[in-house]
Amino acid sequence: MLAIDLVYWQATALKTIIVLAIIPGSAVVIGYVFLLKMMAHMQSRLGPMEPGGFHGWFQLIGDGIKFIQKEDIIPSKADRRVFALAPVVVLASTFLIYVVVPAGPRLVVEDLDVGIFFALAVSSLSVIGVLMAGWASANKYALLGALRAAGQLIAYELPLVLAVVGVVIQAGTMSLNGIVHAQADGEIFGFGAFGNPFVITQIVGFVLFIVAAQAELTQTPFDMPVAESELVAGYMTEYSGFRFLFFFMAEFGTAFALAAIAATLYLGGWYVPGVTGGLRDFAGPLVLGGKIMLVAFFIFWMRFTFPRFREDQLQTIAWKYLIPISLVNIVATGVLKVAF
Amino acid sequence: MPDFPGKGLVKGLGVTFKTMLEGAVTVQYPKEKEAPPTRARGVIALKEENCTVCMLCARECPDWCIYIEGHKEKKPPRRAGGKPRTVSALDRFDIDYALCMYCGICVEVCPFDALFWSPEYEYSESRIADLLHDKDKLGEWMATVPEPPPLEAGAQKKK
Repeated sequence: MLAIDLVYWQATALKTIIVLAIIPGSAVVIGYVFLLKMMAHMQSRLGPMEPGGFHGWFQLIGDGIKFIQKEDIIPSKADRRVFALAPVVVLASTFLIYVVVPAGPRLVVEDLDVGIFFALAVSSLSVIGVLMAGWASANKYALLGALRAAGQLIAYELPLVLAVVGVVIQAGTMSLNGIVHAQADGEIFGFGAFGNPFVITQIVGFVLFIVAAQAELTQTPFDMPVAESELVAGYMTEYSGFRFLFFFMAEFGTAFALAAIAATLYLGGWYVPGVTGGLRDFAGPLVLGGKIMLVAFFIFWMRFTFPRFREDQLQTIAWKYLIPISLVNIVATGVLKVAF
Repeated sequence: MPDFPGKGLVKGLGVTFKTMLEGAVTVQYPKEKEAPPTRARGVIALKEENCTVCMLCARECPDWCIYIEGHKEKKPPRRAGGKPRTVSALDRFDIDYALCMYCGICVEVCPFDALFWSPEYEYSESRIADLLHDKDKLGEWMATVPEPPPLEAGAQKKK
């Protein structure tokens, strides 16, 4: 147990600094491990090998430094204030997700009772930032991309939320720490040695969550909004320099955050069998990190494997398949919860 | 594998996963080098003593990148009492690799086996003029020319 007692503002400052460090840190880790290295190896390449000496680990940090050095360009017809604000809104929604993600029994910025509800609510804030970016850019590609992104994010928000409802019903709480405890203390048919990770009972919900998360991140099978071959870069077309860096960090920071939520909801979060008591606070972040990387691996594995959906296919999957399946999943979970 | 919906998707994931574990095909060039095939068209080598200044290569060269100059010399007769022989001596034999397009016609037309392909490829220069290889430099490439492949069984020996 930590023997340091911090007053409120000190604790708040410390939490803010840690979350501020997590976003670019996780973006760099996710970007390097998956975008640069895993994708390269899946395509029989090596990826960056030179920067930093060892397997190009410095590549993304160097890219970041380059972005910061660039000129701040705003198109003359753009709505300057909205244009400048949009990346901040998108990044802020990523920041806010971390407020409720627990990395240990006590290692959580704010253990809200409505934790998962809050996380999903703030994660959909990014739609507003995306629409702002597309509208303010005064560019037809940006606007088209932003509208596509809005249509897609709203469509996939539903299966994402509905998939989570199953977990909430089973756990009986919306607090993320409560959900982890429910998994840690749960048992499968009387066998409780490794708890009851909800990925077993909620496998349908897990698959739905991963697919919907993929769409929320506008990653490749669902990358219609930023489809390079037809829309340049969608709503990011007019952005360069550090404003683009914001979008980039938000993309990979959100990938990390959604993977963290998936790991917490379905894989038991910071819980690992055998670790109890005060040790959990130290092992927690590592365990959670490992699980996040596992989920992120699946997300990026799909990204590098599947080709892009057409716009109508994309909407069909959400409305005709994912949402009905998630509704059935909720009903089934509810019935089983009452029955057992 | 039996049929089920999404089989193709699973197969696709399998392909990328397998490729990931197989390792990259990249060759990290300056650090590790791929041995070019022995018959690769890297650079043209000159065997000066075989050259008779016949100019066939220079004339057949599609982009005129071979420069030859020579003169006639009197050599002592082969048999006693005979006339002195007239022999062509090579003064200059340059190939401008800034122009060469590696068609290999010069190597093909050379009637006296004075030109050879070498698989050597690392002779880039920072000044374009340095790509003009003179006859000494072309002669140095002879060391890198691989042995000709062995003759097939029953093939006629060259006289």
